[in-house]
Amino acid sequence: MAENLKCSICNKEATVHLTQIVNNKIHKVDLCESCAQKKGVTDPEGFSLADLLSKTPLTPASVEEQKVCPSCGQNTADFRRTGRLGCSECYEVFKALVFPVLEEMHAGTAHKGKVPKIAMSRQSSKLRLKSLKDSLARSIAEEAYEDAAQFRDQIKAIEEAEELEVSPK
Amino acid sequence: MIESLINNDRAELIQKAKKAAPVVLSTRIRLARNLAGPPFPERADVSQRRDVLTRCADQISALPQMDKGSFFDVAELSALEKQVLVERHLISRELCDGEEGAGVYINKGQTCSVMINEEDHLRIQFLKTGFNLKSVWKQIDAFDSELEKTIDVAFTPEFGYLTACPTNLGTGLRASVMMHLPGLVISGQMERVIRAVNQLGITVRGLFGEGSDATGHIFQISNQQTLGESEAEILERLGNVLKTIIDHELNARFKYLEEDKAKLLDQVGRAYGVLKNVHVISSNEAMNLLSLIRLAVDFGMLPEENRADVDRLVIECQPGHVQYAAQEGIEPEARDIARADKLREEFNSLPALAFDKLSELE
Repeated sequence: MAENLKCSICNKEATVHLTQIVNNKIHKVDLCESCAQKKGVTDPEGFSLADLLSKTPLTPASVEEQKVCPSCGQNTADFRRTGRLGCSECYEVFKALVFPVLEEMHAGTAHKGKVPKIAMSRQSSKLRLKSLKDSLARSIAEEAYEDAAQFRDQIKAIEEAEELEVSPK
Repeated sequence: MIESLINNDRAELIQKAKKAAPVVLSTRIRLARNLAGPPFPERADVSQRRDVLTRCADQISALPQMDKGSFFDVAELSALEKQVLVERHLISRELCDGEEGAGVYINKGQTCSVMINEEDHLRIQFLKTGFNLKSVWKQIDAFDSELEKTIDVAFTPEFGYLTACPTNLGTGLRASVMMHLPGLVISGQMERVIRAVNQLGITVRGLFGEGSDATGHIFQISNQQTLGESEAEILERLGNVLKTIIDHELNARFKYLEEDKAKLLDQVGRAYGVLKNVHVISSNEAMNLLSLIRLAVDFGMLPEENRADVDRLVIECQPGHVQYAAQEGIEPEARDIARADKLREEFNSLPALAFDKLSELE
């Protein structure tokens, strides 16, 4: 086990050792965990050593359209370099880049597990509250007081419901 | 800082009374969680990290599961203290190497730890001795649901829990089971097993995770994929693979016993003899000998209750623990002597090996 082979991509210690026959030749590749992951070695169907041996590591960043996350400032080149996202907003911004990576490394591309129901309803009521408050401000500015009264009542209802939820047993 | 933690003899992994199981040492599950909004730790600046740390630490300490827990700011821990916590699998190396503004919450029984500002804002971990995927999941699920009541987690219906690295996306769940597999290693089957399970999206690593080798015939086996399957599906698939590995391991042991009984007895006997009389020993050698003693317990050559002692010694013979117990910075050579003293003392109070038990098994 303890052979201490180096990863053929990044020279870290290799923990994944592959042997595959490509064009009647035996190829052996040693990879560290993170490179193995990046190369999708763990995907039982998608992986082929031939691809790995022939492909250049990653698409060159220069020819690619550069996107920037408005929330955290991460850009396309950052994602290409680190393989990581900068914040929760990044998943929306870099969706098109992340998707093929997910296809390669996971059992599927859609979440099938747990849903944080309470946090989700709180977040959506927060968003709703924000838009109601915006509407309230706008209707006051426009002197549409009837509308404003309606918005105010709705805001009050949501805030009261929230207080009930938060105040513990 | 970590003194009360280390000297707590009721800690999950080193508890004397714990009923340890053959083949499986412990089960761990971790969940990766992030807050909606602030940048992930690697992208955040110090003040943003500090902010997340304070916000999360307050919420976590309020949870009932954290009863009598301790919070440690990583920056305030000494290098040795960090090493000890890593050896107990309570924190990761990545947390230690990270920038300012990282911390960890550990409950009293050391069954639960929450790392803050590791790769993700939160890394929640629950662990238990033995093969316990279902019950550990139940605990961590309840904890996570409780936390969600006060923390806005980053989540989308499409991608699930959002994580810094897409490898953890979806459930954010990694279950890791520590297995003692001397039968498969000695019979030369381990590499084949690793390759086979890799094809199933399951990873095999050494005792201390990425890049560590498998001293003491101990391996961590975990799921690789986190998206596209529910938590229950992930755990069931992993559990089935692990059950198969346990069967193979037990078969390999009995085959070894059948074909080479004298050699097996000799190896176990020598390990016992060395540990009883050793005066200088490296942690690697100690681990490999302790592995044979654990095998002796599995074969009935030592009483069942000594298995937990062996598991405890595996942890206490790690370099950080030996140094911590010495209460001063000692050189590797002195460490090897201190380790030997401890092993000698403990092994001299163990009963003699019951070699005849092996004949009963045949």
